[in-house]
Amino acid sequence: MSETLVSVQDMKVHFPIKRGVLLDRTVGYVYAVDGVDLEIKRGETYGLVGESGCGKSTLGRAMLRLNEPTAGKMVFDGQDFSALKGEELRKMRRRIQMVFQDPLSSLDPRQSVESILVEGLRAHDLDKGKESTNKRLRDLLTAVGLPTTALRKYPHEFSGGQRQRIGIARALALEPDLIVADEPVSALDVSVQAQVVNLMEELQQQFGLTYLVIAHDLAVVKHISDRVGVMYLGGLVEEASAQDLYAEPLHPYTRALLSAIPVPDPVVEDRRERILLAGDLPSPANPPSGCRFHTRCPWRQATKCDTERPVLRELKPGHKVACHYAEQIRSGEIQPHEVKPILIEEGDGMSPDVPLVGPASVTEALNP
Amino acid sequence: MALLEVRDLTVVFQRKGEEPFRAVDGVSFDVEPGQTVGLVGESGCGKSVTSLAIMGLLPKRGAKITGTVTYDGTDLLKLSDREMRDRRGRDLGMVFQDPLSSLNPVIPIGLQVTEVLERHRGLARKEAMIEAKNLLDKVGIPDPNRRLKEYPHQLSGGMRQRALIAIALACRPKLLIADEPTTALDVTIQAQILSVMKELVQDLGTALVMITHDLGVVAGLCDEVNVLYGGKVVEKANRHPLFAEPRHPYTHGLLASIPRLDAAPGEKLTPIRGSVADNIPWANACAFAPRCPNALDVCREVTPAVEDQLGRLLRCHNPVVPGTPAAEEVPV
Repeated sequence: MSETLVSVQDMKVHFPIKRGVLLDRTVGYVYAVDGVDLEIKRGETYGLVGESGCGKSTLGRAMLRLNEPTAGKMVFDGQDFSALKGEELRKMRRRIQMVFQDPLSSLDPRQSVESILVEGLRAHDLDKGKESTNKRLRDLLTAVGLPTTALRKYPHEFSGGQRQRIGIARALALEPDLIVADEPVSALDVSVQAQVVNLMEELQQQFGLTYLVIAHDLAVVKHISDRVGVMYLGGLVEEASAQDLYAEPLHPYTRALLSAIPVPDPVVEDRRERILLAGDLPSPANPPSGCRFHTRCPWRQATKCDTERPVLRELKPGHKVACHYAEQIRSGEIQPHEVKPILIEEGDGMSPDVPLVGPASVTEALNP
Repeated sequence: MALLEVRDLTVVFQRKGEEPFRAVDGVSFDVEPGQTVGLVGESGCGKSVTSLAIMGLLPKRGAKITGTVTYDGTDLLKLSDREMRDRRGRDLGMVFQDPLSSLNPVIPIGLQVTEVLERHRGLARKEAMIEAKNLLDKVGIPDPNRRLKEYPHQLSGGMRQRALIAIALACRPKLLIADEPTTALDVTIQAQILSVMKELVQDLGTALVMITHDLGVVAGLCDEVNVLYGGKVVEKANRHPLFAEPRHPYTHGLLASIPRLDAAPGEKLTPIRGSVADNIPWANACAFAPRCPNALDVCREVTPAVEDQLGRLLRCHNPVVPGTPAAEEVPV
């Protein structure tokens, strides 16, 4: 058994932008995930952070093939998961389960908890008889800290935290190797958040699970993860152990991200130096050339940054960064400078001066 | 005298055939000119309803408001709708959580900013447009001339929130109420917005009431912090003593359950057990008692009163003693 459980190779997900009622022309692509490589070891928790629109959720979904990736593959436990089809794919899916962000909308309101949990068991022939199934359900509920009376109830009868526990129990039911948790706690109040985070940690120890946790909250990710990958506009910009990343962020974006997170301690807050990023996240439909971050980067240099896309390279053992000038920034040779915010086009992300190819409507197509 | 004095503010929602619901239960606080006051709590603690009640934005039917809200000597709750309309936007500004739903989608940003200037400062359209451009510039919107002609959907979330702040500050109100102004935004954008707000509040000498669930935001911004639970203020203190030595078990629990960026590796979170109850049983008990690790028998029998103890206002029978961790119970 190899140490690596999941290996993602050059994963790309491009969503076509369609226009027109009948003709359905493709006028561009949203480069949601654009070339990501990552490895997850058995038994570890890999945290994926980034702001909204950076492609972290799409990457998670593409790995599970909930969205078909445009290119690249995922190797799961030595097998090429992206090449599987039909029955083989279905069987393999038992070993990779997902926990969703919004526990209410990811649970069927008309299914009782029992039926939610049994559904997966039946689908994978794990329902060997009434007695053993019943015992299994009880064990599951105990594991996630719900009373066994919950089996007869429906999702609306629970609080947010309890619903998330049901979602976790559903994922656990099939004894998976990998659980992909997409924003598992962001819909919950802070006091309840901690309960779910602790529960996930306990379950990992108990069942030897591997987690991929996708979240925007770096504090939560740092707490729960062994290794953390930071995403920006479809690509991984830095990857390191959670402690290293916090102790010495090497990528300018990670630095800005870390400095932007408020710490609940006025003494720390008063002393902190903030790196304020100028402007907004550029549209993934029209990403900047070269380094994706160069439009907002306070350390941007005149050469290379806007022409050449940096690759993820290992700067220290176990600490990878995608920045041309990471060494110089680290040693202080390059100092930050002010950045003027640039206008970001909202809407469909198409720049107005790109001429559209093809007819714009049916009438135009019929009478050229 | 304080700029805003909220005394015993109570909001009860009544619906036919249902038990009346006390969303806010006797909240009192003061805001001095230029001061930043925080209202913190989890969802359902009544922090937003408090702000809506101050602004007179709660529906007339179904909501019973008692207590007094004195702004500069006048009780806002006694004003007529017309008088209140004159004050809103001029004396009291407000920034809401979701900038997309608080801006009118079919009116360009420029008109929405000038509307306030024309209504309250009596400027002509042309003058107002120039002033609006300066305002957008001040809140850090690039290329304001172009943005004035655009509609809300053409702006990003951060830009919309900036536009909303520009509208709220257009008439230089003495008091600004911000209800979760950064919750819908990403952290890097949140940092931008907070720094804009901090700067403007300092420059204009505006008093700010900051309503948020994020203790981190409060730690960096507020002078005084009110922690709400179940519609009541349970702890009120200056930010330094509050974060250094939280005395109320709820505040203490909240701080212990937040993962901190600067925490040592392997540090465990200590959650508060249970979750917020739907109806708030403050009658003859402390509403927090069922979740409280420090609860005594008296907590389940007598409603604790607000007392000035340990250099702060505290509503608790058995406050946390600093240094000793609260009795920890693993929640199931």
